[in-house]
Amino acid sequence: MGSLSELYQNVILEHNRSPRNYRPLDEGSRKAEGSNPLCGDQVTVWLRMDGDIIGEATFQGSGCAISKASASLMTGAVAGKTRAEAEALFERFHRLVTGTLDPSEAETLGKLAVFSGVSEFPIRVKCASLSWHAMKEALNGGER
Amino acid sequence: MTAAATPTPTIRSASHAPFDVERIRGDFPILSERIRGKPLVYLDNAATTHKPQAVIDAVSRFYSAENSNIHRGVHYLSERATVAYEAVRERVARFLNAPSARQIVFTRGTTESINLVANAFGRSALGPGDEVLITGMEHHSNIVPWQLVAEATGAIVKAVPITDSGELDLDAFDRLLSPRTRLVAVVHLSNALGTINPVRELVARAHAQGAVVLVDGAQSASHLAVDVQALDCDFFACSGHKIYGPTGVGVLYGRESLLERMPPWQGGGDMIASVTLERSTWAPVPAKFEAGTPMIAEVVGLGAALDYVESVGMPAIAAWEEQLLSLATAKVGSMPGVRLVGTAHDKASVLSFVVDGVHPHDVGAILDDDGIAIRTGHHCAQPVMHRLGIPATARASFAFYNTPAEVDVLVRGLERVRTVFS
Repeated sequence: MGSLSELYQNVILEHNRSPRNYRPLDEGSRKAEGSNPLCGDQVTVWLRMDGDIIGEATFQGSGCAISKASASLMTGAVAGKTRAEAEALFERFHRLVTGTLDPSEAETLGKLAVFSGVSEFPIRVKCASLSWHAMKEALNGGER
Repeated sequence: MTAAATPTPTIRSASHAPFDVERIRGDFPILSERIRGKPLVYLDNAATTHKPQAVIDAVSRFYSAENSNIHRGVHYLSERATVAYEAVRERVARFLNAPSARQIVFTRGTTESINLVANAFGRSALGPGDEVLITGMEHHSNIVPWQLVAEATGAIVKAVPITDSGELDLDAFDRLLSPRTRLVAVVHLSNALGTINPVRELVARAHAQGAVVLVDGAQSASHLAVDVQALDCDFFACSGHKIYGPTGVGVLYGRESLLERMPPWQGGGDMIASVTLERSTWAPVPAKFEAGTPMIAEVVGLGAALDYVESVGMPAIAAWEEQLLSLATAKVGSMPGVRLVGTAHDKASVLSFVVDGVHPHDVGAILDDDGIAIRTGHHCAQPVMHRLGIPATARASFAFYNTPAEVDVLVRGLERVRTVFS
């Protein structure tokens, strides 16, 4: 049975209280929205691309601590990454929160490893991955 | 019938006997389950209620000893199943004080009951420019069917706004009601806010303008004594699973003259008088609206649920629940950093709230760790959330098997929420 303290780790609570990169970006950036109609969570992700590299990532929205902290940590994690690197990171992150990541790969996730507790709470996987789906959509075009 | 959220010093009951909640809890097997090692504190009764052993036994007994299709066979079991099914129609008519069992249509639930009216009444009675008046506190199931029928007929859907406390704006109701209004669709007891609407008064005003009224009774049927003749409504929709019965069965009460005039909305077996390859004629009401094999075992279970509820007595149930809601309102409402959402004068069962700086989903997750089941989210009432400027709420909803001690467990759980997120 999942432990609540593993779900709500201090890093997650802290990012929920003080989300990083919580602002829109100007024109020239890409944006995409994600929403979960079941719970009403909503997030907008902006990306400023420097060629193939994500120069800057930001977000705004409303949601639970898991979804907000995930968006906050994601914006830090994908900045400076190429499109392919960011998509590969999402793929590993998704395996982390669904409990299918090989433990040897966990360290490649850096701070994102704090979301490992989500895998014990299947209904929260959507919360943790909402902003990542929006990021991927923005990468693949999004709205300009 | 109003259950005002004012503290009452003692619990009233019809018999003046003390309300024996522990005996009642013993009738509901699931209430002795442990969740994450802790006793279940089930405060999600607005979503669905638990089933007493009598209901579980009735469904099981039907399948064990009576199962057969109804209205078809000459054989013994078919006749027995038919009698059992039709007896529940009489039972429901008595429960709602309907003039006759012919006015009771079995459906899959409140949602299907409303869709039946939207399709059978709406599509035959509405035309371009006609208006359907709903309210800003409706469940999606009393919004979307009207939007669909409006799209098909050219009718217009208008909504009566709600006040900050979660009451209907009655002046706006009067302004929006006009001779163009063909139908008013209004919730009796709001699932998101707990507000009890003054349905009888609304019906009188709507009838004065020639509009028919559908009442969404999904929540009210289990918390208030419903008398469709006293309400004078034209349609009343409710669900079996929210009144301690099985899922998959619901009820539509309708005024006989309207049911007679309405065309069927689904075709199939059981709803016809005669069928040729060219044309068919319809069975009389209510069979006209019950195409196909219905949910026979569930209907039988619903009958057992209504027997159970009436054995406890609706006045005693309402009084106990009023006591619980008053207690919870006082205790949760006075917690620092907690704000109640929906503070109407007349309320029942539902306590919606938000905790400063903590999203309702996180409130729900932490309470769940203590074995407390509440609902979090928009409660299928997104317009209510938009109106009040919040994305979601946490909602505790009480039934007559809940206890004052469970209110205290809720309060301790909310203290833990504030500690985790401090």
